[in-house]
Amino acid sequence: MQPILEVKNLRKCFSALQAVQDISFRVTTGTCFGLLGPNGAGKTTTLEIIEDIIEPTSGEILYKGHPRSSSFREEIGIQFQHTSLLNFLTVEETLRTFAKLFREPADLEEIIVRCDLTGLRKQRNNRLSGGQTQRLMLALALINRPHLIFLDEPSTGLDPQSRRNLWNIVKGLKDEGKTLILTTHSMEEAQHLCDEIAIMDQGTIIAKGSPDELIRAHCGLISIILPRSACKVDLKTLPFAIQQQGDELIILTPEIHAGLKKLMDLGIDLQDVSIHSPNLEDVFLHLTGKRLRE
Amino acid sequence: MYFSISPAKGCGNDVPADEPFHNDYIMNLKRIWTIFQARNAEFFRDRAAFGWNFAFPFLIIVGFGLIFNGREFKQFKVGVFPSTEQIIHLADSTLPQAFQQDRHIIFVPIADRSDGEKKLNHHKIDLLVDAHSSTHAYWINDSSPNGSIAERIFLASFMAGHQIPEKGIIHGLQIRYIDWLLPGIVAMNMMFSALWGVGYVIVRYRKNGTLKRLKATPLTALEYLTAQMFSRIFLLMFTICIVWLGADLIFHIQVRGSYILLLLIFFLGGLNLCAIGLILAARGTSEEFTSGILNFISWPMMFLSEVWFSLEGSSPWVQTLSRFFPLTHVLKAARSVMSDGATFADIRWECGLLLVSTLICLSIAALLFSWNE
Repeated sequence: MQPILEVKNLRKCFSALQAVQDISFRVTTGTCFGLLGPNGAGKTTTLEIIEDIIEPTSGEILYKGHPRSSSFREEIGIQFQHTSLLNFLTVEETLRTFAKLFREPADLEEIIVRCDLTGLRKQRNNRLSGGQTQRLMLALALINRPHLIFLDEPSTGLDPQSRRNLWNIVKGLKDEGKTLILTTHSMEEAQHLCDEIAIMDQGTIIAKGSPDELIRAHCGLISIILPRSACKVDLKTLPFAIQQQGDELIILTPEIHAGLKKLMDLGIDLQDVSIHSPNLEDVFLHLTGKRLRE
Repeated sequence: MYFSISPAKGCGNDVPADEPFHNDYIMNLKRIWTIFQARNAEFFRDRAAFGWNFAFPFLIIVGFGLIFNGREFKQFKVGVFPSTEQIIHLADSTLPQAFQQDRHIIFVPIADRSDGEKKLNHHKIDLLVDAHSSTHAYWINDSSPNGSIAERIFLASFMAGHQIPEKGIIHGLQIRYIDWLLPGIVAMNMMFSALWGVGYVIVRYRKNGTLKRLKATPLTALEYLTAQMFSRIFLLMFTICIVWLGADLIFHIQVRGSYILLLLIFFLGGLNLCAIGLILAARGTSEEFTSGILNFISWPMMFLSEVWFSLEGSSPWVQTLSRFFPLTHVLKAARSVMSDGATFADIRWECGLLLVSTLICLSIAALLFSWNE
């Protein structure tokens, strides 16, 4: 499928600091692309260069196969990580103000309902809670019926319920054929929402692919965790790779059902078993030797 | 509605060759009007800032009205005629020695009596004396509180039994000090409101990310700056009208010329000051630094633009420096209209100067402007 966005050899230097180092990727139309990485990895800088908020040091960005033109701003929606609004306007006035800045604004009522702002119409911006502000910011990102939507850490500061609601909105947008690019340091969010992920660390992309591909490629084995005392057999006779950590045995298997069946056949007590499926956190740990939030 | 103005700072990369010639070279009135309305709504709802904009000039006017009823200034300006250029030959004059040596007096050279009377009328000097008069003729402006004090000093310098000096009072409709002072107060309020209301606010918006949010829309820098400027002008004119009306009700302000001309002068002055504020706010995110720069500009302007007192008698370089300040030209034109009934033809140079300066400053601001640096 035709990529809606192509990023080629993008670099951004702030004096001596290389915030983004020669990164390239493509985003396919109608998908959700995630930039995953710890704080300071260069995700927001990359996003803001693509959004044309800051200038790159070098590199090329193609939108629908062409360099971004003046109509680019009419076709994108942005939810920034850190931004502010006019304090004394109400939610509805803010939406109306931003709608008038675009040629083809969305239906205001639809946006208000979609982002759950109905009860906040007359509320002034400076009296909104963090979660309510995030919803308003999302509504502003959708105010011009964008083709391409940028969400920078959209769930930061949201409670679990609000996060779920946000994810539902994002899924709804994907179902409508919109393309989304989001940054996050939440592996759960990336795994839940993204069709494709680029893992960033220290300004570079260290891995790219779908969540399943990344997990399969870098940490394909599932961990079956048992207390050492539950395993009475000679460990060398077990047909698995095994790691011993304190009083626990970590048995690594590519296929969970077959692995458990084999252990049961060997008469191993599985009463206190726990299972850990690899996730993107493990991928990141595997690739960098550190955790996402370190 | 679209109309072509000039290349505006739009979004980044090159426009493809086949892209139609549109948005980047267009100033959109609808977008300007939208930002204008939003900014006005914000100002009118910020009750503290809104109230202060009215309270400040009123407090100053009322305060000075009270102060000038009883208190003295440390120094008084005495015009001496006939004097050639900037030289006064006091030694040849008939003025008493005690008066010549009074440390509270500054002597201002005046060419002739009619020039002196005009300056007296405009509160540029407190007392006018004829240096060679055998009758020690002098003139004061009856409405000038400083004038009566200067007169007392003058009379006290004559020894007992000496001939009583011949007193003269200026003819025609006199200008009271409050009439002279009001445009200064209004202009000063306008200066602070324009510089801080535009310059400081934009830096704050940049710092907290409001500008970044606006950059993510098709709004151009020139559109945004124009909207900001006109929003502030609208608020300024509204404030000026209310303050003037209030002052008129209390003090019965005398205006010999056209009120429309007065409004035009303040409109052009406000535009110019807003445009200067826009240049100062074109870059940077430090509110403290911007505040320092704004103070650096506004304080000299306040003291050297004849807001509070006339620069008559000050050194030539101070008078030359004052001509670089827009407020000087605003006040010169406004006081001419108020005191002398000047017509548009009389103040056309001041108006032209303010307009040209505005266009230059606005262009520089648009070129330098950054949404998020």
